[in-house]
Amino acid sequence: MLANYGYIGLFLLVAIFFAVSTLLLPPTLRRLGIVPRKPNPVKTSTFECGMQTIGKTWVQFNFRYYFYALLFIALDVLAIFLYPWAVELRELGASALIMVVILIFIILVGYIYAWRKKVLEWK
Amino acid sequence: MAIYSPGLSVLSQNAALPPDWPGGYWLHWLVFVVIIMTFVLASIMGFIYFERRGIGRFQVRLGPNRTGPFGILQPVADAIKVLLKEDIVPAKGDRIVHWLAPVVAFVPVLLIFAVVPFGGGALLADLNIGILYVVAVSSVTVVGVFMAGWASNNKYSLLGAMRDVAQVVSYEIPLLLSIVGVVLLTGSLSMIKIVAAQDLPFILLQPLGFLIFFMAALAEINRTPFDLLEAESEIVAGFHTEYSGMKFAMFYLVEYAEVLAISAIITTLFLGGWRGPLLPPFVWFLIKVFGVFFFIFWIRSTIPRLRIDQVMAFAWKALLPLALLNLVVTGIEIVALPAISPWVIILINLGVLAVLVVVWSRFFKLGGGRVAV
Repeated sequence: MLANYGYIGLFLLVAIFFAVSTLLLPPTLRRLGIVPRKPNPVKTSTFECGMQTIGKTWVQFNFRYYFYALLFIALDVLAIFLYPWAVELRELGASALIMVVILIFIILVGYIYAWRKKVLEWK
Repeated sequence: MAIYSPGLSVLSQNAALPPDWPGGYWLHWLVFVVIIMTFVLASIMGFIYFERRGIGRFQVRLGPNRTGPFGILQPVADAIKVLLKEDIVPAKGDRIVHWLAPVVAFVPVLLIFAVVPFGGGALLADLNIGILYVVAVSSVTVVGVFMAGWASNNKYSLLGAMRDVAQVVSYEIPLLLSIVGVVLLTGSLSMIKIVAAQDLPFILLQPLGFLIFFMAALAEINRTPFDLLEAESEIVAGFHTEYSGMKFAMFYLVEYAEVLAISAIITTLFLGGWRGPLLPPFVWFLIKVFGVFFFIFWIRSTIPRLRIDQVMAFAWKALLPLALLNLVVTGIEIVALPAISPWVIILINLGVLAVLVVVWSRFFKLGGGRVAV
């Protein structure tokens, strides 16, 4: 089994090498004078449909993630619990199914509460 | 290396390698890396050509037809063009992150193909957690997208990247839960065993699961109707507004590699993988992958883009409850009716699909362009 992960680790190196070498191709060609490089202030300015950018971009940004993220964590943990259960369900039988239905029900209570509190609206 | 070597010597002798595959560890690795890279790059070239021509036809125009016979060299021409373009980095951007973002986005997509079975036993690594690995690795791409949006120092880029994060986080859960249905039927997470279990394709046994997986996957890989992160009509080009040249090409490659990966995963999970009568396995695999891809770009040319609040509501209010119900129904079928004919299960599941979709579409109205949920 470990050897299989060895395959993937080696493949990861190949993938990184491929991506990095592809990105290094244009700078190499630029050294040879094939790819142009003539930056000027207009060209390297932030693109905003011809307007001048007002203010900074890297500011605190009010995005409606917070509750989505909380719900996501609860449900993601549920999903991770479900995988080993799903593999073994045939052997475990009805009692395991009932337990997981109870677990889903507990999560669902929180989910319905969030829905009623209008957390799921993107305002 | 010393830690690994006992494992390797054992492996090269016994059944951990596919039985029909001669040769040792390194030969296996080399051959499959070459196969995967060739398969991915060639298919992406083919997909780009096919999609541009196809979309042209869907929009009653010709599409690219000048480079080579029927424009077949168009991807090659595009590749040469992006290679020779000037690389522009915004002056106020973060240069290092801007450079790294395409790498971080591309590498995980390529890694998915390590566990995709091209034929019986023909794959790079038969992990016993195959599908879990796919889910885990594929969600790293969003980090690359967010890096791109952040490093560009452009408000449109940042908005696009933020949308992508929200979307991927939301659709991850229906995706995970719909895969659990397949795992329940198979009793294994290994991709080989999932295909081996499909005497009938799981699209019949899991019609609702397939539908949920397909829609959630479209959102995960940001295809229309969920391509909000690069919505041209609102935020220029989203996260890759400030990208040009090879880095832009890399993001383009990521987009198509994701489509290819998702087509391959759908083929493996729901369409019976390499299995089929008469033709050799890899031909069946290619036919199915290409069929799924055709369906995806057919959707692109048919359905308009959704709004961000509609997309989020669809994930949380429609797909998630349906996925949970599908899971419970499948679990009950497995426990209560273990020895029944699969055709009965298919009928039950199609009935469940029809009832749930009708009920949910009554309940979940998006009428008149306004969200009325």
